[in-house]
Amino acid sequence: MEEVLAATDRVIDAHKADREALVEILREVNDENGHLTRDDLQRIAERTNLPLSEVYSVASFYSLISLEPLGRHVIRLCQDAPCHVAGGREVREALEHELGIPFGETTLDEQWSLLTTSCIGACAVGPVMMVDNDIFGNLTPEKAREIIARYREADVQDVTPTPQGG
Amino acid sequence: MKSLEELRRIKERALQRRKLSGKGSRARVVVAMGTCGIAAGARDTMTAILTELEQRDIADVVVTQTGCPGLCEYEPIVQVQIGEQEMVTYGNICADRVAVLVEEHIAGGEPVEKWQLTG
Amino acid sequence: MIRSNVLSRQKRVVLRRAGSIDPYNIEEYIAEDGYFALGQALGEMTPEGVLEAIKDSGLQGRGGAGFPTGLKWSFVAQQSAEKTRYIICNADESEPGTFKDRLIMEGDPHAVLEGMALAGYAVGANEGWIYIRGEYEMSRDILERAVSQAEELNLLGDDMFGSGFSFHIHVHAGAGAYVCGEETALLESLEGKRGVPRIRPPYPTVRGFRGQPTVVNNVETLANVAPIILNGSEWFRAIGTARSPGTKVYSMLGDVNVAGLIEAPMGTTLREIIELHGGGMKGGKAFKAAQTGGASGTIIPAEMLDVPLDFASMRESGAGLGSGALLICDEDTDMVDLAYVLMRFFENESCGKCTPCRVGTAQMLEALDRLRRGTARRADLERLEEIAKYVGVSSFCGLGQAAPVPILTALRYFREEFESRLRH
Ligand SMILES: Cc1cc2nc3c(=O)[nH]c(=O)nc-3n(C[C@H](O)[C@H](O)[C@H](O)COP(=O)(O)O)c2cc1C
Ligand code: SF4
Ligand code: FES
Repeated sequence: MEEVLAATDRVIDAHKADREALVEILREVNDENGHLTRDDLQRIAERTNLPLSEVYSVASFYSLISLEPLGRHVIRLCQDAPCHVAGGREVREALEHELGIPFGETTLDEQWSLLTTSCIGACAVGPVMMVDNDIFGNLTPEKAREIIARYREADVQDVTPTPQGG
Repeated sequence: MKSLEELRRIKERALQRRKLSGKGSRARVVVAMGTCGIAAGARDTMTAILTELEQRDIADVVVTQTGCPGLCEYEPIVQVQIGEQEMVTYGNICADRVAVLVEEHIAGGEPVEKWQLTG
Repeated sequence: MIRSNVLSRQKRVVLRRAGSIDPYNIEEYIAEDGYFALGQALGEMTPEGVLEAIKDSGLQGRGGAGFPTGLKWSFVAQQSAEKTRYIICNADESEPGTFKDRLIMEGDPHAVLEGMALAGYAVGANEGWIYIRGEYEMSRDILERAVSQAEELNLLGDDMFGSGFSFHIHVHAGAGAYVCGEETALLESLEGKRGVPRIRPPYPTVRGFRGQPTVVNNVETLANVAPIILNGSEWFRAIGTARSPGTKVYSMLGDVNVAGLIEAPMGTTLREIIELHGGGMKGGKAFKAAQTGGASGTIIPAEMLDVPLDFASMRESGAGLGSGALLICDEDTDMVDLAYVLMRFFENESCGKCTPCRVGTAQMLEALDRLRRGTARRADLERLEEIAKYVGVSSFCGLGQAAPVPILTALRYFREEFESRLRH
C-alpha cells in the first residue's frame, strides 16, 4: 500500500497540502497514475485535512481527472462545431472502427480509451484529437488510423510518437 | 531591475546580439512551434531541418523557434532569412519538404516560390 | 506562391510580436520595448495615473462581455486600504472556436505578465494569478518560464524598478471544465473547490479570491494594457470605433480560404474580414451564416454581413461579439445539425448546479436530435422553443443563459430549414 501511494505522496509534498492546492494535486496524481483510486483519494483527504466526500466531489467534477482506470493511451477527440464541420464525424467513425469500441469505452486489452473532449483551441487545424498529452491536427480517417498504428508500433519499441504533418 | 536606464541597456544588448548572430551566420531559420504548429507536424519539421543541416555539414545557420503567427491553415510555418536579406515565410512545410527547402534556399540561396506565403 | 500579404493587411497591436519573437527568451520581448510601459509607470506615474490612462483609453474587456476595464479596476482600487487585492488573469479559454488567448500566451507571454503587473500597480494589488485551462500544457509551460525569467531580472518580484512596488505572479492550471471560465466559478476552482458559479452580487471586485477585492481580466484585455500605457490613450482611441476603441482578435474558422487568427480594428465588418483577411469563401461558395462569439454566440445571416463588429453595434443588431470566434458557414451547411452539435457542448458542460440548465440542455439536445433525424413533430419544435426561452431567463449563470442563444437565433433566421425537417 505505502509503495503504491509513494507517487501520491510525492505530488502532495510538492504542494502546500491545503485546500487551495486540491485541484492541482488531484490532477497531478491522476496524470502520474492514469486515474485516481479510492486509496489515492483517502490519502489526499488525510493529508489536506478534508473529508473524503469533499475530495471525491471535487475530483468527480473535472473532466481531466478520472475515477476509473483508463487505457494505456487515452484518445480525446474534439466534438465541437468547428471540428465537426471540418470533417470530425468521419474521423469519429474511423476511430471507433479501428479500435473496435464506441466512444466512452476502453479496449479489452486496456491499451486504448476512446473519449471525446470539448474544443481544445486547436480548431484551425481541425479536426483535432489529443492522444495522451499530444495534440494531432488536420485529421482524416486515414491519418487517424496511421496515428494509432504509430502508437502501436512505438509501444513495441517503447518510444512516444510526435504529431506528423502530411 | 533598478531603473529604466538598466532596462534600456538590456534592450541595447539584445538588439546588438540579434545583429551579431545575423553577421556570423549564413542564415536564420525560424520554426513556428505553437500548439497548432506542433499539431500540424512542426516538431518533425524542426527535427528534419536540424538533421538536414547536419548531413550537409552546414554549421553556420541559426535555427530558433517562435509562437504561432495566426496563419494556422498554413502550419507548419517556417521562416528563412539569408544574411541581411528580407525574411521569407513558407507555409505547409512538413518534414518531407525540408530537403528541398534547405537545398534550394539555404544552400542555393534561391527562395522556393511555390511554398512562399509573403510576397 | 500561396497567397500574398495576408499578414500585412492586419492591424496588429496585441499580436504584434506573436510569431516573430522567441517566447522562451525574455530579451526578445525587451528588444521590442517590452517592460518599458511598466518601467515608465513605476518611475513616472502614480497608480491613479495608470488607472486614468486605462479609463481614458476606453478599453473594454475582451473576455466576451465588453465591460469597461478602467471602471472594473476602479471598483477594486476604491476598496478600503487594509484589504489585500488580487489580479486574476482568466486564461481558461474554452469557448468552442476560440484560441486567441492561447496564441497570445504561446507567442508573447510577457505581454500578459506586464499587463497584470500594471493592473496590480493601478489597483494596489501585489499578487496575481493566472488561471489557465488544464488542456493548455504548452501555454502553461511558456508562462511559467516567462514568470521565472522576469523574476530573475526583477521585472517581477519585490521592489521593481526601485519603486518599492512588489508584484508576484502564480500560474495555476485547471482540470477541464468550461464553466470555470465564468469568473466566480473560476474563483471557486482556484480555491480548490468544484468550479460552480457563485451568486452575484457580491461581485469579485468586492469579494473575490479568498474573499478579497479581485480584478478578473481576460488574457487579451491584459495584453492591451502595456501598449496603452506606452503609447497613450489617445493613440488607442484613434484605433477602432468611438464606442469600442482598439483592435479585436478574431479566430475565424469554417468555410473560408484562410482560417486562423486575425487582428483588426474594432468596427471592421464581417464582410471585410471574410474578404480581406479570410481570402473569401472556400470554393467560391455562397455565404449562408456565421456564428459570432463561439458556441454561446449568435447565428447571423448574410443580411448582417455589414454590421460593424464592435460590442455596441453588434448588441444593437441582436448579435454578440463574444470571444471573437467567427465560424463561417457556406450554403451547404445543415443548420439543424449545427444547432445539435452546439447544444451537445452545453449539455456536456452544464455544471448541474441549477435545474433549468441541467435539465433544459438535455431536453433541447434530445429535441434537436429528433429534428436532425427527421422524427420530430411540430409540437416538438414548439416545445424546443419554449424550453429555450425558459432556460435563457431562468438559469443561474451565463452558461445556461447563453445555451439557447444559437438555437433561438438560428430559428429567427432559418426557421424554414427547421420546419422542413418535421415529420407530418
Ligand atoms: C460560461 C462562461 C464561460 C466563460 N469563459 C471565459 C473564458 O474562458 N475566458 C474569459 O476571459 N472570460 C470568460 N467568461 C467571462 C468571465 O466571466 C469574465 O467576464 C471575464 O473574464 C472578464 O474579463 P474581461 O473584463 O477582461 O473581459 C466566461 C463567462 C461565462 C458565463
Ligand atoms: S446555468 Fe448551468 S453551468 Fe450555470 S450554474 Fe446553472 S447548471 Fe451550472
Ligand atoms: S472545435 Fe475542435 S479544437 Fe476547437
